[in-house]
Amino acid sequence: MDRNRLQHQVACMRRSLFDQGYLDEPFIQLEELQDDANPNFVQEIVTLFYSDSARLIQNIEHALNSRPIDFDKLDDYMHQFKGSSSSIGAKKVTNECTVFREYCSAENAEGCIRSFQQVKQEYAILRRKLEVYLQMVRQAAVSRTA
Amino acid sequence: MNSSSGKTYMSTSNCSTGRKAGDAAAAAADQFPVGLRVLVVDDDPTCLMILEKMLRTCLYEVTKCNRAETALSMLRENKSGFDVVISDVHMPDMDGFKLLEHIGLEMDLPVIMMSADDGKHVVMKGVTHGACDYLIKPVRIEALKNIWQHVVRKRKNEWKDFEQSGSVEEGDRQLKQSEEADYSSSANEGNWKSSKRRKDDEDETDERDDTSSLKKPRVVWSVELHQQFVAAVNQLGIDKAVPKKILELMNVPGLTRENVASHLQKYRLYLRRLSGVSQHPSNLNNSFMSPQEATFGPLSSLNGLDLQTLAATGQLPAQSLVTLQAAGLGQSTGKSGIPMPLVDQRNIFSFENPKIRFREGQQHVNNNKQMNLLHGIPTTMEPKQLAGLHHGAQSMGNLNMQVASHGSQSSQNNPLLMQMAQPQVRGQMLNDTSLGHAPRLLAPMGQPILSNGVAANVSTRNGIQENIRAPSYNPVSQTSSMLNFPMNHASELPRNSFPLGSTPGISSLTPKVAFQEDVNSDIKGSVGFLPSYDIFNDLNQHKPQNWELQNVGMTFDTSQHSNSLQGNLNHAHSVLVQQGFSSGQVNGQNRSATVVSKAMFSSGDSTGHVNAQNGNQHLNSLLVDSTVRVKSETPTNLYPDDFGQEDLMSALLKQQDAMAPAEHEFDFDGYSLDNIPV
Repeated sequence: MDRNRLQHQVACMRRSLFDQGYLDEPFIQLEELQDDANPNFVQEIVTLFYSDSARLIQNIEHALNSRPIDFDKLDDYMHQFKGSSSSIGAKKVTNECTVFREYCSAENAEGCIRSFQQVKQEYAILRRKLEVYLQMVRQAAVSRTA
Repeated sequence: MNSSSGKTYMSTSNCSTGRKAGDAAAAAADQFPVGLRVLVVDDDPTCLMILEKMLRTCLYEVTKCNRAETALSMLRENKSGFDVVISDVHMPDMDGFKLLEHIGLEMDLPVIMMSADDGKHVVMKGVTHGACDYLIKPVRIEALKNIWQHVVRKRKNEWKDFEQSGSVEEGDRQLKQSEEADYSSSANEGNWKSSKRRKDDEDETDERDDTSSLKKPRVVWSVELHQQFVAAVNQLGIDKAVPKKILELMNVPGLTRENVASHLQKYRLYLRRLSGVSQHPSNLNNSFMSPQEATFGPLSSLNGLDLQTLAATGQLPAQSLVTLQAAGLGQSTGKSGIPMPLVDQRNIFSFENPKIRFREGQQHVNNNKQMNLLHGIPTTMEPKQLAGLHHGAQSMGNLNMQVASHGSQSSQNNPLLMQMAQPQVRGQMLNDTSLGHAPRLLAPMGQPILSNGVAANVSTRNGIQENIRAPSYNPVSQTSSMLNFPMNHASELPRNSFPLGSTPGISSLTPKVAFQEDVNSDIKGSVGFLPSYDIFNDLNQHKPQNWELQNVGMTFDTSQHSNSLQGNLNHAHSVLVQQGFSSGQVNGQNRSATVVSKAMFSSGDSTGHVNAQNGNQHLNSLLVDSTVRVKSETPTNLYPDDFGQEDLMSALLKQQDAMAPAEHEFDFDGYSLDNIPV
């Protein structure tokens, strides 16, 4: 596929990610930070985010499974996770985190469990989308113009 | 990731990203804020990496760190190696506000806090703890572009303090010039660093020098030199002491009549303040921020007052700091009446710095205890008076006197000298990093409230020499801890400062004046700060100590948690595990990683950061950028709350033994930070 087409596809996908609310302004900041010195910066950050946040997800799972539930700790973990996800502009994920924290501060275990499922879902969806998107970006970068 | 200009603190404690002052000054002189040396601390690797990249894009020189403790070590090791610190509020090994306090006390660098939490109370906490700014995450690069303003502002404030409190005559002139030069696009004279240096030096040399001509060799008025000077003056009689004769008596090669003349001028001011009272307006802040030069003037002012006040009131409220400062302003001549006004002032400050705990919550009043009481003139303070002053050490105690001020045990109130409540360092004692002021006489710690710039520097100069004149002065221990924390750049300490001398010899300093009390009984906590004590006092009694104090504080710290440095990695961070995202290559690993991570995870909650060595490698393969994984963590209780006096003392003593006139303040013996795994 020639470069122009690839680039066009990349642009379209990118726009839809924003339009559909998966990504937010911080992601643009990441893109702007990418330069010749760091040509894969966005990819690196996304990779880092997913690998590091996995640990936080685990922590939250663990905390949700323990009885009694320590809501302070839960809130703590989620605060960290939310900070991380907001820094890459993961909008939907971050929004679900906010919902979770509300349940958490109300000490609503049920609500926490349910909203956490939502968090994980959005987290997984975004990951897949970003994988596809970034792969496309890489392809467009190495492709030749027809 | 290109890390040419950024550095990750992964190596031993010797790793330093800051260039030497001279180089940096020269290089950055015309390009400020390019090259601004930023230390960014955040446990979140994603944020850390993003911030690093942003800061580098702003052309700053960035060092990143994922642990507060590591950051502190780095800062201590290289006091003048950074211009500004950016720290997350929420970190597993140490609360961001605590780190903020430490930095304020020890290095007095501007600190910017950041957090995803934008709740009003958290932001307020930042303000009260002395953060110079608060950024909400996610941080935008635009917010980082202007952080240099905090560096400039801080320096400017210090200059002002110096100007107001220091020797007024030529000092002002010089300062003003310097100040202008300093702040006007930092083009004059080079950058802020050189200004700072200039400021340090200006008292030493002929004050009539044009500030722009830095060619004259600077005279460092070391303790010994000053002692000689004072001896000569005394011998001649203060009225008859003329520079020429003093010079002859001193017989120091290389010393010029001009040097002596300017020094004499300052000394006279100092004496005048000791004996007379020139009521300053209550801008305590100003007076407190004694310029590092520690000219006599400022010191004396503080001394007189403080002591008086303390003595008079017989109770040193926790706000002794404030008082001291006030005292410094007032210079009472030993009248008990004087303190009164101070009392009010004291209240203003109210130190209570509950927040400023030095390490642990000790309330250390950062009072500057400036005990430098003696400017070369031995004075005996009556213990009683001291006792009075010390109000029960409450504040003092908190001071963590760990410093045991000069060696006197913490349990004792360090007589005059010490009392430096450690934290004073805020004032940076001799921190050259932050400001040229080396011996700040104690910036009262407690001042986060005061204001960022000011707070740090409140240094009560009191304690100084007041003793000499008025026996009734109690060198209140509390107050001041002056400075010095030698820890900080020892080399930076202004030599000329009189009292402040941060004498490393903490243990050796046992001021004659018995301070007793309680003050130090509570010393707990990290030693980290050694109050600099009156050098003169020491001189009389002990051999002169090097200015460079080894970082006593450091010692303490390291000893305390040398383990933590090792970073035991209990859990391999689940990071290893999941790569979840990402490229297919990861998949295989993911699976196994998953298992691993689970195992690890179940071993305990580890909020620690990852980093086991292996994990690191593993991680590296998975992650593109492994630089983020910095050192291992595991903070468990890195800063135990109770250091206990014994620990402090032993740390101090050790430090003492280990002390050597090294340039680097951190020469720990046996406390090497090399534990930090790379």
